[in-house]
Amino acid sequence: MNNKAMLFDYVLHLADNQVIMAQRLSELCGHGPALEQDIAITNISLDLIGQARLLFQYAGKLDGRDEDQLAFLRDVHEFRNVLLVEQPNHDFAHVIVRQYLFDEFNFLNYQALCQSKDEDLAAIATKALMEVKYHRRFSRNWMLRLGDGTAISRQKMQDALNDLWSYPGEFFEMTGGEEILAKAGIAADVASMKPTWLANVTQTVKEASLVIPEGDWHQTGGKKGIHSEHLGHILAEMQFLQRAYPGQTW
Amino acid sequence: MSTNQDWPLWEVFIAAKRGLSHKHVGSLHAADSEMALENARDVYTRRKEGESLWVVQSKYIFASNPEENDAFFEPAKNKVYRHPTFYELPDEVKKM
Amino acid sequence: MDDKELQNRFQAQVDAEIKIEPKDWMPDAYRKTLIRQMSQHAHSEIVGMLPEGNWVTRAPTLKRKAILLAKIQDEGGHGLYLYSAAETLGISREEMIEALHSGKAKYSSVFNYPTLNWADIGAIGWLVDGAAIMNQVALMRTSYGPYSRGMVRICKEESFHQRQGFDILYTLSRGSAEQKAMAQDALNRWWWPSIMMFGPHDSESTHSSQSMKWKIKRKSNDELRQDFIDATVPQAEVLGLSLPDPELKWNEERQHYDFGEINWEEFWSVVKGNGPCNRERLAARRKAYDEGAWVREAASAYAKKKKEQTIAG
Repeated sequence: MNNKAMLFDYVLHLADNQVIMAQRLSELCGHGPALEQDIAITNISLDLIGQARLLFQYAGKLDGRDEDQLAFLRDVHEFRNVLLVEQPNHDFAHVIVRQYLFDEFNFLNYQALCQSKDEDLAAIATKALMEVKYHRRFSRNWMLRLGDGTAISRQKMQDALNDLWSYPGEFFEMTGGEEILAKAGIAADVASMKPTWLANVTQTVKEASLVIPEGDWHQTGGKKGIHSEHLGHILAEMQFLQRAYPGQTW
Repeated sequence: MSTNQDWPLWEVFIAAKRGLSHKHVGSLHAADSEMALENARDVYTRRKEGESLWVVQSKYIFASNPEENDAFFEPAKNKVYRHPTFYELPDEVKKM
Repeated sequence: MDDKELQNRFQAQVDAEIKIEPKDWMPDAYRKTLIRQMSQHAHSEIVGMLPEGNWVTRAPTLKRKAILLAKIQDEGGHGLYLYSAAETLGISREEMIEALHSGKAKYSSVFNYPTLNWADIGAIGWLVDGAAIMNQVALMRTSYGPYSRGMVRICKEESFHQRQGFDILYTLSRGSAEQKAMAQDALNRWWWPSIMMFGPHDSESTHSSQSMKWKIKRKSNDELRQDFIDATVPQAEVLGLSLPDPELKWNEERQHYDFGEINWEEFWSVVKGNGPCNRERLAARRKAYDEGAWVREAASAYAKKKKEQTIAG
């Protein structure tokens, strides 16, 4: 893989993380637990769509495709998002835990990318960081409320944490291309972020009266295009119009 | 229905810019002040409406009674001498 | 002051276009009418999120997805403003939601129709929001202060909603034959339900005359409907699509469009609960509310705990 192809792959990974998470959150629009939270979750989804668009547009500059061709005309194996973001909205506890685990990572990742030698990436990261800072605040506060709320809510949150705990490990695995790009000061060195991420998450989980699940085995594959069964369904829905009526303007 | 699900009502005030006073814009429900602030941000500043937010639980606002409006506000109306336009300046004084 | 004097003073205030505020004396029936109308309006915003939400995960481009999501979110915000405004009349949001879920409170019947293709999202924005805006612009001058202020805010935010709908249809109408067919199909299904949104004829409307006298309503159902049709027909011509009413025709003498009779049997049937999606819409709202109960409870419990800790500390 040459540098351009590696960068393309890396930017797609960043974009796919945001777009798939946004797609999951958009499923909740109109179905939130309270009107105020419905609106809040939609705001996060909108921020992530905005970030995905900027990233796809940048990837498109390297590749010649436009943002919609990249989002709507790639198949499952071509998506580079981490597995966590494609996990379903099982209940609001899963939504919040998934969001929080991702936000802590997204924050560190964008923070590092603000220093990228790639000016386009640094500019996108700087804008996104402000948004993600708020997402993290929002999801962290909800971790505390639901973890330390009622006995029922604590149980639901612990179940969600147990269910989702095998996914974040993948955040910190670097592909070959990513390592080369990180050495060149372009990509973020995600492997080095794990201790900070874990310390932050552990602190929150503790404050929320929850416990970190045991075991350090984790799921992997998303960054290389090997996904859970969920992604195929997400894409079947998301890409329907572009697939059914190819080559048209919407 | 269980009433402990019901979040109290809050009033939201926004300052459009730094230095301007906070103006009442509406209300919302939230369980605590932190959530009220976040909800206010998400509900009332989606279009860059402001740079500062206040929230206060509605029950803490004590309002004047319209039945007493005469006694409350009429007396101020007949103190015209409190306004600069009440005074006529000699022509020689251009500005004051 | 006795009741008669209060009534007279109230009506004089309304006649003089002085807004009624929450702490003012008001006739019970005025309060009840407002609660009914405002909660119905709020419910319509909230239930109205569902048919459009049906396409948010399938929006054809990222830009369209963002616009649609922002638009549906606005509807949620508008529902929230309206619930809050209604709460100034002494009813809680929970009571209003309860009334919706039990079927006691109504919402706009138009949301009981299904969204079957992407062009339906365009048709909803252009026609359904267009019709709603007609009504809402008039309501900015309604006599109850909190309702009027809510409407001002809502109208300001809604201004992009109709345009985004028209923009979808305009793009489709200039696209492929399939896209044009999609757009025409959507208009065929949404035109009449939109016209019905203004409610029964003035002569049949039970609440109308009193509401006009109280200036809760500022324009009658038939006036608003005519305004809407007059504004919309020329726009349909720009789209190059036809509206499914053979009697639709400019009347030089009246300086208005004439139009065909609404199928009132269908109108009342949907109002009474027998539309294509009535059951689904209510079920979706109940499900979201019921499944959110533990979340709302937990947040309350957490807030209480924190407060006690602060006091103890």
